[in-house]
Amino acid sequence: MATALIELVGIERTFHRGDSEVHALRHLNVRIAAGEYVAVMGPSGSGKSTLLNLLGLLDRPDAGSYHLEGRDVTTLSADQQAHVRSARIGFVFQSFHLVPRLTAAENIALPMVLAGVAPAERALRVARALRDYGLENRADHRPEQLSGGQRQRVAIARATIMRPALILADEPTGNLDRATGEDVIRLLEELNRGGVTLIVVTHDGGLGARAHRQLLMEDGALHDDRWRRAELSA
Amino acid sequence: MSLSVSGAVRAVGRVRNADLIRFARAAASGNRLRTSLLVLAMAIGVAAVVVLTALGDGARRYVLNEFSSIGSNLVIVLPGRSQTGGFNPGNAITSTPRDLTIDDAQALLRASAVHRVAPLAVGTSEISFGGKLREVIVAGTTADFLEVRRLSLAQGRFLPAGDWRRGASEAVIGAKVRDEMFGREEALGQLVRIGDRRFRIVGVLAATGQGLGMNTDELVVVPVSLAQAMFNSNTLFRILVEASNREAIEAAKTQVGEIVRLRHEGEQDVTIITQDAVLATFDRLLGALTLAVAGIAAISLGVAGILVMNVMLVSVTQRTAEIGLLKALGATGGTIRNAFLTEAAMLSIAGALLGFVLGQAGAAIIRQLYPAFPAFPPDWAVLAGLATALATGIVFGVLPARRAARLDAVQALAKR
Ligand SMILES: Nc1ncnc2c1ncn2[C@@H]1O[C@H](COP(=O)(O)OP(=O)(O)O)[C@@H](O)[C@H]1O
Ligand SMILES: [Mg+2]
Repeated sequence: MATALIELVGIERTFHRGDSEVHALRHLNVRIAAGEYVAVMGPSGSGKSTLLNLLGLLDRPDAGSYHLEGRDVTTLSADQQAHVRSARIGFVFQSFHLVPRLTAAENIALPMVLAGVAPAERALRVARALRDYGLENRADHRPEQLSGGQRQRVAIARATIMRPALILADEPTGNLDRATGEDVIRLLEELNRGGVTLIVVTHDGGLGARAHRQLLMEDGALHDDRWRRAELSA
Repeated sequence: MSLSVSGAVRAVGRVRNADLIRFARAAASGNRLRTSLLVLAMAIGVAAVVVLTALGDGARRYVLNEFSSIGSNLVIVLPGRSQTGGFNPGNAITSTPRDLTIDDAQALLRASAVHRVAPLAVGTSEISFGGKLREVIVAGTTADFLEVRRLSLAQGRFLPAGDWRRGASEAVIGAKVRDEMFGREEALGQLVRIGDRRFRIVGVLAATGQGLGMNTDELVVVPVSLAQAMFNSNTLFRILVEASNREAIEAAKTQVGEIVRLRHEGEQDVTIITQDAVLATFDRLLGALTLAVAGIAAISLGVAGILVMNVMLVSVTQRTAEIGLLKALGATGGTIRNAFLTEAAMLSIAGALLGFVLGQAGAAIIRQLYPAFPAFPPDWAVLAGLATALATGIVFGVLPARRAARLDAVQALAKR
């Protein structure tokens, strides 16, 4: 068996709020192979976002190990984790998280700016991304001048501009109407067909059912791990 | 491109400086009110340093200029002894234990380091001509006064050389006295009454304008013996001694002191001041004043620094979600700290430059309004002001920048 892209073993994450404790993640064991399309589902407060933040190295587990591409990433320094996020992981958020004073093109270029990519190379890749996501004539618009769907397309272009191995999307359609949300999901699925590992948190059973695999979370624990039949037989 | 986690750990680059500056500039122009307030506060601080030190140093130069114009290589003998031996403005009005006389003055000519001597008796009197009456300061002196004080004549001649104990009834008047007493009329050769004596006007002094010490424009110069007779006294107000050259000033001072001491029964009962000592004293005094004023102005820079800190802290709070995003996109804590520091430094530099321009403009306006007053800020003050502005901006920017760098990414992203 090939080494998994992601391997979580015995992950625990507890939050302390005042004198009460919240077990956001309990004894989690998950393996995800490179190129998978995974939907993380479950009721509100079940730990979906906590799991995604952990996978994205924005948070550290209290116990357990996390191997990404075969490397134990929980032992990396904060700066090393930042470098891994920069080169290997793309984030898509429910609320888009575009920088309001920057144009669409500048928002897309931001990860490359942070990674020190040369301006000429940046311009080339931003131009291609704008074309790929149908944003050519929105390049100089600021986020407030864009529709919700356009904003999320800018965010997806930004998440993919560093050609990451893993895309983490936390309710990417949560702020969009149904039709626009489906457009966005189709874009993400297209990326997955190109080889990128895609993990999407969603409330929407319909959208979740499109994924090849569903992780059902309940009260911080993995309640169910389902593969679609087509995927199993393939 | 790093194709694995291990590659990424090694190979991801750092933000380019040009991008850091562009990002900081965009962030600064994103909130114009905040930015202009900060720049203004910093500018006021630097402008205050520039203008106040221009005033302080201008005062110093003004005084030095005025003293230089009184005459060079000057040694002045005053009746009465001062405790310190240095310059003390109080000497001008202390009572005289033993009077200085014309003979004392004449004796000083024997000293080898002395070039010229001018005795000076001073009092006020009234001058009248053709029904006009005016109060004037009467200076009784001798022919060399003109050279010793570096004065020049607009018309006629000065008092003639000759016996100091006798003098013709001739007077030389200042420019303002001439204008007020004679108007368009010719002054030379006119007979005027000064006190209860009649004098013939033989010369008019060139106008010198308002200055320190005696204003020669309102002076009437007469032979010293006649002045003493007019004031019914045989004492002198001062003896002005011109040393042979600059190097001879100290020797002249010693010799003058010795001669007077011998003539005054072995008692050192006069004060001898040199212009160098006066200048040095004023130089120190006004230099210290400038420094103090610069220090006070620098406090406003400290206040500006605290403002920088608060404004940047507010900015960190307002941009929390953005900071979280930058972290998610791969920014290290160091990158975020540098971004905020760069912004603070840029605002400080902008404020310092604006303040420099405003301050120089202010000093230029002062020079326009008071042409005699050399209000130029000293270079050290300008450099210190700019450096302090930059340093405070960056030092006070460190705390907010570190706070930004340490924000927890998940919580920051959750902020809206
Ligand atoms: N920073 C935090 N401090 C305290 N409790 C937290 C924090 N983040 C999440 N939680 C708690 O952890 C649980 C899981 O949260 P989350 O992962 O956001 O759930 P989901 O995304 O599935 O709605 C919830 O009970 C939530 O209140
Ligand atoms: Mg959530």
